[in-house]
Amino acid sequence: MSYLADVGTLARKDLRLELRARDTLPAMLLFVVSTLVVFHFALPAGADEVAAQGLLWVALVFTALLGLARAWAPERESGALEGLVLAPCDRSAIWLGKSIAVFVFLAAVQVVALPAFAAFFGPVGWETVAGVALASVGICTVGTLLAAMAAASRTRELILPLLFLPLAIPLVVGGVGASISSEPLEFLAFLGLYDILFAILCWASFEYVVSE
Amino acid sequence: MSSGEKYVAAAYGVVFVTVLVYVAIIAAKLARLERETAELAELARRRNDG
Amino acid sequence: MSTSSPNNPPSKSRVPALAAAAAGLVGLAIVFAFFVAPEDADQGISQRIFYFHVPIALTAYACFGWGAWKALQHLRGKGERYDLESYVAVHMGTIFGSLTLLTGSIWAKASWGHWWLWEEDQLVLFLVLFLFYSAYFMLRFSIDEGPRRANISAVYALFGVVLVPVSFLAIRLAENVIHPTVFTREGPQMTGSMFLTFCIAWLAITTLAYALYRVELLGKRLDANLRELREALTA
Repeated sequence: MSYLADVGTLARKDLRLELRARDTLPAMLLFVVSTLVVFHFALPAGADEVAAQGLLWVALVFTALLGLARAWAPERESGALEGLVLAPCDRSAIWLGKSIAVFVFLAAVQVVALPAFAAFFGPVGWETVAGVALASVGICTVGTLLAAMAAASRTRELILPLLFLPLAIPLVVGGVGASISSEPLEFLAFLGLYDILFAILCWASFEYVVSE
Repeated sequence: MSSGEKYVAAAYGVVFVTVLVYVAIIAAKLARLERETAELAELARRRNDG
Repeated sequence: MSTSSPNNPPSKSRVPALAAAAAGLVGLAIVFAFFVAPEDADQGISQRIFYFHVPIALTAYACFGWGAWKALQHLRGKGERYDLESYVAVHMGTIFGSLTLLTGSIWAKASWGHWWLWEEDQLVLFLVLFLFYSAYFMLRFSIDEGPRRANISAVYALFGVVLVPVSFLAIRLAENVIHPTVFTREGPQMTGSMFLTFCIAWLAITTLAYALYRVELLGKRLDANLRELREALTA
């Protein structure tokens, strides 16, 4: 099971880096709370609670984008990505380790965002929490791979949102649907399907994204 | 023309114009390729003479 | 990029014949769409847009699938030509996808009086795909030419093909919850001659797409060969 050991090592490395540098996570936390406040002012007076549920997802997607833009920064700055790619571990382990680290960041953000949202706008049901959890898996798996693609491009930060948003649309549909529909299980199952399909695709194709 | 006919004409017209634009782009590309081949032929001639 | 020339499969000058066939079929399709197919009782003349709109949409899907297939061949290391072929196929798909959006929007305006309808699942799907594949080009042009660009483009093309059913499912799920359906439209019930017209139009559009694809490939290969020639002559 050295594959899983590699994944664990890589994920732990990222988390430790962030613990020491403390630049990405605080920024994401501040960003999500600021965004929620902006939304309060952006919603007209008579807007109902249902509209606000949708905005939660906008906040989450864009906060995730913020974090993803920095996901490969440590490797890029130190040139470590080439080294990792040459390392004897399976290249997909690099992707999986990084995705897990991003997921932990996102989870930390949501631990703050969901209570803030509940305080600002209205109660958050179990379906929303489940939706957020499932959607986060999709965001991390797909987002990490897309961020690696963006890292190879000249227009890095510019292109990541363009790559990510179309793929995030089904996640938003699933998440919002889970929150407001009378059949949340349908939407949660859909999110699960997205996660499985795209995780397999990412796992299989990551090595081509980073290799020549 | 009734409004329905206008829309049908618009829809088919859009497709037609798109294909024509495509032809125009190919024509421009052909002109450029012709220029380039002429240049390269000149280069080859000079190489042979020199 | 390696210095070997992209393996050019012999095109055998089939392209002119292909283009002529496309022209003929499109002409035939137009004749059928306007003179042979009967007028629809409910929608009137604007229903005739459907004979081009749906084949264009189907062809766009086919182009994206074709592009993904070529991308897969590229990733499996089957040859240098596949990256270019994948790119041109995706390009065709995007053009036909844009045409789908345009003709669909005109059809929506003609049938329902609105230039855009969120209820039209196919239109919304194409909007998402248009965004996705536009990003394909932005990605491709922001990476310097080379194996890295080819690999990344190929992986992205594969993502597109998985996105199509997933997005469609999402849009269907979203229908009643996120935007309640106000306008319903039954699928067209086609009589015999309508169906024949549709099939001819479908064949015509597919041939047209393939002809354009081969023409564009020809142009791009010419470009690549000329560049090599130039390098050889100025070396």
